[in-house]
Amino acid sequence: MSAVTEPATESRTSDLIDRLREQESRPALVGYLPVGFPTVDRSIEAIKTLIDHGVDIVELGIPYTDPVLDGPVVQQAAQAALDAGVRVRDVFRVLREVSDYAPHVPVLVMTYWNPVLKYGADAFARDLAAAGGAGLITPDLIPDEGPDWIAASTAYGLDRVFLVAPSSTPERLRRTVDATRGFVYAASLMGVTGVRAEVGSRAEQLVADTRAAGAVNVCVGLGVSTGAQVKEIGRFADGVIVGSALVRPLLSDGALGDAEWADRLTKLAEVTEDLAAGVRSARTTAPDAPAGATAVPGEAP
Amino acid sequence: MTDVKLSDVSGPYFGQYGGRFVPEALIAALEELEAEFRKAADDPEFVAELQRLHREYTGRPSPLTEVQRFAEHAGGTAGAVRVFLKREDLNHTGSHKINNVLGQALLVKRMGKKRLIAETGAGQHGVATATAAALMDLECVIYMGEEDTRRQALNVARMRLLGAEVVPVKIGSRTLKDAINEALRDWVANVESTHYLLGTVTGPHPFPEMVRQFHRIIGEEAREQILDRAGRLPDVVAACVGGGSNALGIFNAFLDDKGVDLCGFEAGGEGIDSGKHAARFSGGALGVLHGARSYLLQDDDGQTLPSHSVSAGLDYPSVGPAHAWLHDLGRATYEPVTDVEAMEAFHLLCRTEGIIPAIESAHALAGALRIGKTAAAEGRTGPDGEPLLILVNLSGRGDKDVATAARWFGLLDGAAGGVAAEELERQEGRG
Ligand SMILES: Cc1ncc(COP(=O)(O)O)c(C=O)c1O
Repeated sequence: MSAVTEPATESRTSDLIDRLREQESRPALVGYLPVGFPTVDRSIEAIKTLIDHGVDIVELGIPYTDPVLDGPVVQQAAQAALDAGVRVRDVFRVLREVSDYAPHVPVLVMTYWNPVLKYGADAFARDLAAAGGAGLITPDLIPDEGPDWIAASTAYGLDRVFLVAPSSTPERLRRTVDATRGFVYAASLMGVTGVRAEVGSRAEQLVADTRAAGAVNVCVGLGVSTGAQVKEIGRFADGVIVGSALVRPLLSDGALGDAEWADRLTKLAEVTEDLAAGVRSARTTAPDAPAGATAVPGEAP
Repeated sequence: MTDVKLSDVSGPYFGQYGGRFVPEALIAALEELEAEFRKAADDPEFVAELQRLHREYTGRPSPLTEVQRFAEHAGGTAGAVRVFLKREDLNHTGSHKINNVLGQALLVKRMGKKRLIAETGAGQHGVATATAAALMDLECVIYMGEEDTRRQALNVARMRLLGAEVVPVKIGSRTLKDAINEALRDWVANVESTHYLLGTVTGPHPFPEMVRQFHRIIGEEAREQILDRAGRLPDVVAACVGGGSNALGIFNAFLDDKGVDLCGFEAGGEGIDSGKHAARFSGGALGVLHGARSYLLQDDDGQTLPSHSVSAGLDYPSVGPAHAWLHDLGRATYEPVTDVEAMEAFHLLCRTEGIIPAIESAHALAGALRIGKTAAAEGRTGPDGEPLLILVNLSGRGDKDVATAARWFGLLDGAAGGVAAEELERQEGRG
């Protein structure tokens, strides 16, 4: 799909990231939670909590039986949601409620490919757009395998967020950047989602290489869990993606009573605020050159 | 495509099946692996070294055994059907799995990686991988569903004896598919030092093509052997189909022989209607799992359904993309065989031929019995009224299954009257 066939509509996600960079001089905070965890209604409350406490972009996960790019925390939440009977179509209800609540917040759906394949890529894009969704993040779909999704997302003006990894070759970076709409998801390290004490130094290099391949907006995720890490990554990335650290306060071995659930939401709010402080202080101390203008290795096209 | 032989079709796609549905983080490693595989295939030194290992270590060529007493049960009358077994059970480590493992392990040496990881269901692939790791001085970690570590406890001990670390996987259905998930997670994190030695013809390209390549020797040997022994090609080739590596290995040499029927037998478990089976071609639909598009057992939401089989090695919800392609082309047929049918065939081979097969392979034996009986009922024979010739891939030996069989048939002293099949189900927690 070349840029020529792209409809004139802009990506809400990249518009927002551009605006945050230009007007607030800061990166975006992208927060992940799975649909239906621990129940569909409570997942809506949790997402509203993220929004109320400083998340700029929501990443809504569809629980899947075989999440090969997820670590134990997200696996456990996804399994709990599936056990509680979550259905793929619940994502559309959650999207509608969240976009009614916060129309300015782009909501991307993160899903492994098979649920979309089963639903039908075109039907999924249609229903996603109708429910107010901004697009998809597809951890196990590379652009090479995605012609159906690229066509459907183009037809409905949706973002398609593909991933790049420290192992990506320059050629693959270019290919992925070309196919992406919204932002490129840079995996901070080689591994699966989770909470890690340190995020590799490879993230900064990967962001630089991805920009060299032509990307405008590059967000970094995998393993990021604290405000301090967010701040550090926010120096060089256009957005910071946090998942497991937001899921973790909501995990429990059994069903939670209303009071316990309220406590969990309070904890979730605290974690979110810590992360939100990270993006808001990322560039205040060191007024670096604007993102994208730093010299980067890699040959010119 | 018209001038490409079916046996030489290469990845990433087999018809609409196959591909690379994996995280981007793995793509560079898959590209490196493919390049190394293609270079090695043309390198006489690599080919010679693999041949030497096959001969001196594995014990290839594996024999072809005609089983007359068993065949009488297939044909109704003596001599109506001739059954030949390709004896992959006699390979070192006890199954066909070693063919692929040695091929990939040699590639790993060339790539300079020091650590092997693998999934295993029945434990045969894990044992073969642990064996190659010992032989070639590589670190080895085997992922195995917790459920399977119980069913195949003997093989867990074998792997540990050989120096491998065995990691029981305790999430999801705790069987083969979950072991593959864990192996993929390990690989994403350690891809620079580690090779994922996938054990069957599934997964992202180049695995389906590469694993077929390392198993095609089964069919090539068998084709020569049966021409030599019977003077003609078989009428039917039968094999069990888990991921599909032993079946593709033996089918491949006959794919372009139009007169040879190719019959794959999947795990019918407790029957298709029970929902407890691993019959992807009877109960599955187009889907993506573990990197490949193929037939998949899934629900309306595209969530993977748990599979079921008395044999751990066939207990997998998807199937190699080349089989999906052969199925749609009509070049091969795939039918389910239930647990009960497989165990009957298992017992029959023990009693008539003195060969204890793997329960996986017993599904192919049950398939051969079915084909023979149907032929007898329909008056079908070989050409010119000759006996019908059935070639069965006996993919492995049954030592690992003796505990299951003992309980199934009530063979242990003190197990008053024997443990019925239902009881076995209950004990294994899958009822
Ligand atoms: C003896 C034997 N046969 C067959 C299989 C099934 O695998 P495949 O379909 O790849 O041959 C296994 C797998 O563990 C096995 O151990």
